[in-house]
Amino acid sequence: MSDRKFGFDTLCLHAGQIPDAATGARALPIYQTTSFVFDSVDHAASLFNLQTFGNVYSRISNPTVCALEERVAALEGGRAALAAATGMAAQTAALLTLAKNGDHIVAARTLYGGTYTQFAVTFAELGIDTTFVDPDDPNDFRRAVKPNTKVLYAETIGNPQLNVVDLAALADIAHAAGVPLVIDNTLASPYLCRPIEHGADIVIHSATKYLGGHGTTMGGVVVESGKFDWGNGKFPQMTTPSRGYHGVIFHETFGDFGFTMKARMEVMRTLGPTLSPFNAFLLLQGIETLHLRMPRHCESALAIARHLAEDPRVAWVNYPLLAGNRYEALAQRYLSRGAGGILTFGLKAGAEAGVRFIEAVQFLSHLANVGDAKTLVIHPASTTHRQLDEEEQRAAGVLPEMIRLSVGLETLDDILWDIDQALATASR
Amino acid sequence: MPIVDDIAGLRRILTRSRTIAVVGLSANWYRPSYFAAKYMRDHGYRIIPVNPTYDEVMGERCYPDLQSANQGAAIPIDIVDCFRKPAEIPPLARDAIAIGAKVLWMQLGIRNDEAAKLASDAGLDVVMNRCVKIEHARLMGGLNWAGVNTGVISARRPV
Repeated sequence: MSDRKFGFDTLCLHAGQIPDAATGARALPIYQTTSFVFDSVDHAASLFNLQTFGNVYSRISNPTVCALEERVAALEGGRAALAAATGMAAQTAALLTLAKNGDHIVAARTLYGGTYTQFAVTFAELGIDTTFVDPDDPNDFRRAVKPNTKVLYAETIGNPQLNVVDLAALADIAHAAGVPLVIDNTLASPYLCRPIEHGADIVIHSATKYLGGHGTTMGGVVVESGKFDWGNGKFPQMTTPSRGYHGVIFHETFGDFGFTMKARMEVMRTLGPTLSPFNAFLLLQGIETLHLRMPRHCESALAIARHLAEDPRVAWVNYPLLAGNRYEALAQRYLSRGAGGILTFGLKAGAEAGVRFIEAVQFLSHLANVGDAKTLVIHPASTTHRQLDEEEQRAAGVLPEMIRLSVGLETLDDILWDIDQALATASR
Repeated sequence: MPIVDDIAGLRRILTRSRTIAVVGLSANWYRPSYFAAKYMRDHGYRIIPVNPTYDEVMGERCYPDLQSANQGAAIPIDIVDCFRKPAEIPPLARDAIAIGAKVLWMQLGIRNDEAAKLASDAGLDVVMNRCVKIEHARLMGGLNWAGVNTGVISARRPV
């Protein structure tokens, strides 16, 4: 006998949430409580010793939040997950579980700006150094590995360069070095790509983007594959008694979800960037339609990319699955169902025309987010990357004329209409 | 009896069994065997410790081997839960058969195909490379509170 392998769409609706034991409520109850009563002193002791599973305090775990965790774990094909208040907090929880003062990270240099700063500044000040490498050349990762390297880190789709990494090649390099491959899968979502299937060991999401999908709610999730060998000698924090949790040996006691337990009981418990139950509920409502939204984001983005590529006012268009794109082959391999809803383009009339374009759109929203149900637009050189000079912007993959679109779910002809009328204004 | 590895089979074992002989149970509270035994006792199972090192664990009399546990315990042993190295499992399988146990359970990280064949040929259910506590929590509730992917898809309340 083997268990049925349920389809992705079914998991979007059901994974992690069976009807409430107490009431039979079909929808996910919002357990808006800080704390949970103990049945007895012995029960309390068992909970604190992790000898029984249960809820103590919502900074550590909460039934509404855990439903989100299990659902994202299931969608990614992972063993367990930990939610956090934001994507940045999820990433912090994952990386501080893996690396400490004196350790080293090898990361793609095309990372989202917030992540780049977290590694280059915040972690550096904690004594964790990062070598940033060329994500187009897996051997650049290999060359950067040192004896104290604990993580290889990349994004499925980089932001805003929209570069696609060779996940399987990076996984091979990470595993040869005895370290996990950590992948930020935010811009693909598990509907388009499940990095664990290609060898990644830990997957991180800003659930704020496509998972939630509505632009209402911050959140992040860390997913553990359950396949990495923490007993390989490079991670004594997993195989020796924990100083942070009275002597528990996380790998031995919790097996293939030991990493998640350690991240929860040490980093989340002591640093405290917890996701609220209400936000977990909202994110879960979003996930219930992930499988319906993602195809539309991708179809519209590809149609808009093709439309712009034909427009004589447009200098260039960047979308991974656009014919002739530098990443087309990798996108066909890893993003065969679609390359997401983000594209970038540049106007022949240059950076100032880009600014005029942003100011001329009617219903495309000018803001600094991606993955909303509504179409979003931004001119990175004058906003998100404004503090950099032109040379630094180019190094970060931001050309002066670049406009980034996060394509939403509106009527495609309406999005094209707004783009066309703004192009007309911008190019005058 | 086949090797049991599916949700329905594991749930049947955990629902029908009441008594678990824990071979290799440690008296140290932070050891995995103690975690598992404490959890199962808290969830209504009778734990019979088997370990030649101790006279008593968790307030229960501890027996040196399965045969003496079977003689000493007043009730039949349903599950023989093995916290021993893979190479030490075949003799435990023979003892499990001899004492009329219904399930040979090898803990997380432990597999022994010879022992599995012995026990299943004798009509025992065999579980390998799974933790009795994790499986109970996965299928009877609780493990989802640790964010673990339980694989349970159902529109019924947990029982």
